Amino acid sequence: MSWETVIGLEVHVQLDTRSKLFSGSSTTFGAPPNTQAGVYDLAMPGTLPVLNKEALHMAVKFGLAVDAEIGRRSVFDRKNYFYPDLPKGYQVSQLQFPTVGNGSLQITLDDGTQKVIGITRAHIEEDAGKSLHEDFQGFSGIDLNRAGTALLEIVSEPELRSAREAVAYLKKLHSIIRYLGISDGNMAQGSMRCDANVSVRKLGATEFGTRAEIKNINSFRFVEKAILHEAQRQIDLIEDGGRVIQETRLYDADRDETRSMRSKEVANDYRYFPEPDLLPVVIDEAYIEAVRAELPELPDAKRARFVSQYALSEYDAGVLASSRAMADYFEDVARLCGDAKLSANWVTGDLQALLNKSDLEIEQSPVSAQRLGALIGRIKDQTISSKIAKTVFEAMLGNEHSVDDIIESQGLKQVTDSGAIEKLVDEVIAANPDQVAQYRAGKDKVFAFFIGQAMKASRGKANPEQLNALLLSKLKG
Amino acid sequence: MTRRTVAELSRSLARGEFSSLELTQDYLARIRAHNALYNAYITVTEELALTQAAAADARRARGEHGPLTGIPLAHKDIFCMQDVLTTCGSKMLANFVAPYNATVVERFNAAGAVTLGKTNMDEFAMGSSNETSFFGAVRNPWDPERVPGGSSGGSAAAVAADLCAMATGTDTGGSIRQPAAFCGITGFKPSYGRISRWGMIAFASSLDQAGPICKSAEDAALMMNVMAGPDSRDSTCVETPAPDYMATLNDSLQGLRIGVPKQHLAKGLGAEVEAALQAALKVFESLGATVKEVDLPNNHLSVSAYYVIAPAEASANLSRFDGVRYGYRCASPANLEDMYKRTRSEGFGSEVKRRIMVGTYALSAGYYDAYYIKAQQIRRLIKQDFDKAFQDVDVIIGPTTPHTAFKVGEKNDDPVTMYLEDIYTIGVNLAGLPGISIPAGSAVAPNGRSLPIGIQLVGNIFAEARVLNIAHQFQQHTDWHLQQPEV
Amino acid sequence: MALERSDVEKIAHLARLHVDAEEAQEVAGRISSILALIDQMQSIDTRDVAPLAHPFDAVQRLRKDEVTEVDQREYLQRIAPATQDGLYLVPKVIE
Repeated sequence: MSWETVIGLEVHVQLDTRSKLFSGSSTTFGAPPNTQAGVYDLAMPGTLPVLNKEALHMAVKFGLAVDAEIGRRSVFDRKNYFYPDLPKGYQVSQLQFPTVGNGSLQITLDDGTQKVIGITRAHIEEDAGKSLHEDFQGFSGIDLNRAGTALLEIVSEPELRSAREAVAYLKKLHSIIRYLGISDGNMAQGSMRCDANVSVRKLGATEFGTRAEIKNINSFRFVEKAILHEAQRQIDLIEDGGRVIQETRLYDADRDETRSMRSKEVANDYRYFPEPDLLPVVIDEAYIEAVRAELPELPDAKRARFVSQYALSEYDAGVLASSRAMADYFEDVARLCGDAKLSANWVTGDLQALLNKSDLEIEQSPVSAQRLGALIGRIKDQTISSKIAKTVFEAMLGNEHSVDDIIESQGLKQVTDSGAIEKLVDEVIAANPDQVAQYRAGKDKVFAFFIGQAMKASRGKANPEQLNALLLSKLKG
Repeated sequence: MTRRTVAELSRSLARGEFSSLELTQDYLARIRAHNALYNAYITVTEELALTQAAAADARRARGEHGPLTGIPLAHKDIFCMQDVLTTCGSKMLANFVAPYNATVVERFNAAGAVTLGKTNMDEFAMGSSNETSFFGAVRNPWDPERVPGGSSGGSAAAVAADLCAMATGTDTGGSIRQPAAFCGITGFKPSYGRISRWGMIAFASSLDQAGPICKSAEDAALMMNVMAGPDSRDSTCVETPAPDYMATLNDSLQGLRIGVPKQHLAKGLGAEVEAALQAALKVFESLGATVKEVDLPNNHLSVSAYYVIAPAEASANLSRFDGVRYGYRCASPANLEDMYKRTRSEGFGSEVKRRIMVGTYALSAGYYDAYYIKAQQIRRLIKQDFDKAFQDVDVIIGPTTPHTAFKVGEKNDDPVTMYLEDIYTIGVNLAGLPGISIPAGSAVAPNGRSLPIGIQLVGNIFAEARVLNIAHQFQQHTDWHLQQPEV
Repeated sequence: MALERSDVEKIAHLARLHVDAEEAQEVAGRISSILALIDQMQSIDTRDVAPLAHPFDAVQRLRKDEVTEVDQREYLQRIAPATQDGLYLVPKVIE
């Protein structure tokens, strides 16, 4: 029997504001515990919230980037529950009137087709603190540095149909928030977190199955694994005659499994009501238009432009446009060397491999766009061959020598003097009479042997086209 | 015995008749002599008071003083005062030394007022008799067998017994005006949003408002000039600057249109209170005012709506008292849930727990619309009634309370009867309007004691200056506000 | 609306209050009498009335994104029931 997985994602994005959502405490990551927890964050009696302007600005920016309705009047609510990392005993969030309403974003599926995924809403809320469980003799330690940090919770429609689609959606979201500069989206540090609502149904069914909410997914890889695991668990359960129950499950990356959370807990009743310490947030057209005017070119638009302006493949354009820094880097390289196609190959090829190997972001690239552009420029003007360029690229790492200095000092300049190449060819032909005979007897494959020998003799520097032409004509005899 | 108003004390200090230090010592001596009986103070900050008084005298000598520089003051124990015990009348905060100052406290400090201490109150301001305080009931200076009213009962008793020159209070459903009426003094609740709530421990955030408790409308104006005004730390505090409330005190009442709600004269109003109200209206008429009846048809639902909205907000506001970061924590909790439940059950008194449960219920799944939304709709109707009335009149005058102060313990068994006594004050909070209670008569108790009667003047939103002006003019022509109980 | 003991237990749990068995009945009675008072609201029709959350129409003021708080951990933890290494201690949180 065939099953279909239905997934909706709730993604919490930590907004990159300097201060907290409702207080003037710092939001720097990694500070010693409770050094960034002021009187409001600690819920000292009598303290009151005042909304951070930048958090609202960032939320509206996101809303416009995903073509969403912007709530002209958004209202904060209190979501009530007791937990030691929630100092007020309620979380200030937005239930009925979120700042960002219906929107959508487009993802690229594995087969290259595009799919539009609906975004139900995105609301502003405050983050909770952290509970630390080790080393306190039966106690937990509470760190409230993170409590009150601004979050944007982005809720998708249940329109994702596989773990791969969920990952594509998440990566797209990641790309957009990074483009907008509203969050670093660092999943390992928790500045982007994902909960997945997963259910399964028989292929062709129209009703949704009962869903489980999986929490605590903190990497792109785990999103895929957690969903695959959970879907399989549900399928096995149903096929064995069981029933899925609506519950919250925790993904355990070490064991690659999900397990039930708070199963004994009575169903939560959050008793939402409008936060009386805050007034409705009213946004006018002028504000929205001003924010719209600030929006950068977004990944989809950039990809389309790369295809039309630089004649790149959809795939290359997509890879380059996935990150704003990567796209900017690419365009710098292309402008400097004047060859976009070659630039795209280098950025997605050798450079990307290098970054992957050293686990670096493009912003930390050991080779600047200027130097890579210069290198490609030397391929274009035939100073070096593509093959030699790889040698030069290696030689560029760990120093700031110019491309030309490296070519010069290591004597890598391509030999284009036809006299010199002819001399090489003559020598190779003279030294290998057997192979000449074979070639002339019709064994074409031996040609590669001559190219190899001649290149070796030139230490790779002979111009390949010239070498090719000369060898062909001389071997004919 | 005649009362010492802030205005007079301020003039005496200016004339050099005595120093602030002498005045402060006098008040401290009165507190030492009488507080045991009235239980008006939870904390007396003697050392701080003497330091502040000396500083005030020095400031005056330099000519850098304002009208309140050197005037001894008491703060309701709901206002956070840095490095001073701030209990909110609760065991939950019986050990809570606040780490910051409320805006109101900061402003009185900046004005050079001298803080004598923190006054007793109903626990978390939930009560109308000051009997729910963890620190014991407060006694009414006019008759110690009776309650001073609540929740700002300690402040009211302290002002009435002259254990301070002026005091701060807070009013969520009548908690300034009702004790002012019971104690024969002047208590003013400004419009919601007029005074910052920063540092004022929240009971019901959309209703709570700080205000002056003092001996005259003029004193209230002097205090308002310090307390009122925008505060960037309170989103609900209005941004328009406060006017000079002294400037309009002496405006004429000629042509003033007074509305008397017909619902306030209906059943339930005590005869003595009604007589005092009628006499007061005559005084206003003699000053050039006209009196007409106004209709507040939904006022009878104000208590019902209030007992949804206030407990609902309170149920969330009081969730922070969990024994984790400050305040009471139960001994040796078995686990997290045990810590929460025992801390909160042992730390809160029964009235507070009752209201938390009512609020929790009103917000819970399945009841939210029937209770919370319904109450907010009634709230709008009540506000609309006031809006309509203010199209015809400038001020609404009625009783503050249906009766004079009741006996300690008299209404303990029946919270609902006690709640209903707030029928005239609660609607004013729901609508966010300014209301003042001023003394306007007295009744005689069976034991021969004289018991004060208060009347309430309610103005349109942000019409504080007008309300103070009207009250002041009344007090210029009557002397109820100057009567002082024998202490 | 009269509350049952079981309602009281449910509410008490939501509010993290401990109500023991003997108390529950009395508490149910007291709260029921308050609910009876509250239920007077149901006597009027409010179908077309918009709820009023704040007494006057004002909109939220915004704060500049600036760090204005300084680290006061030692001072603020002086009033805490239990701390260690800068952390607030609570009985073990089990997830």
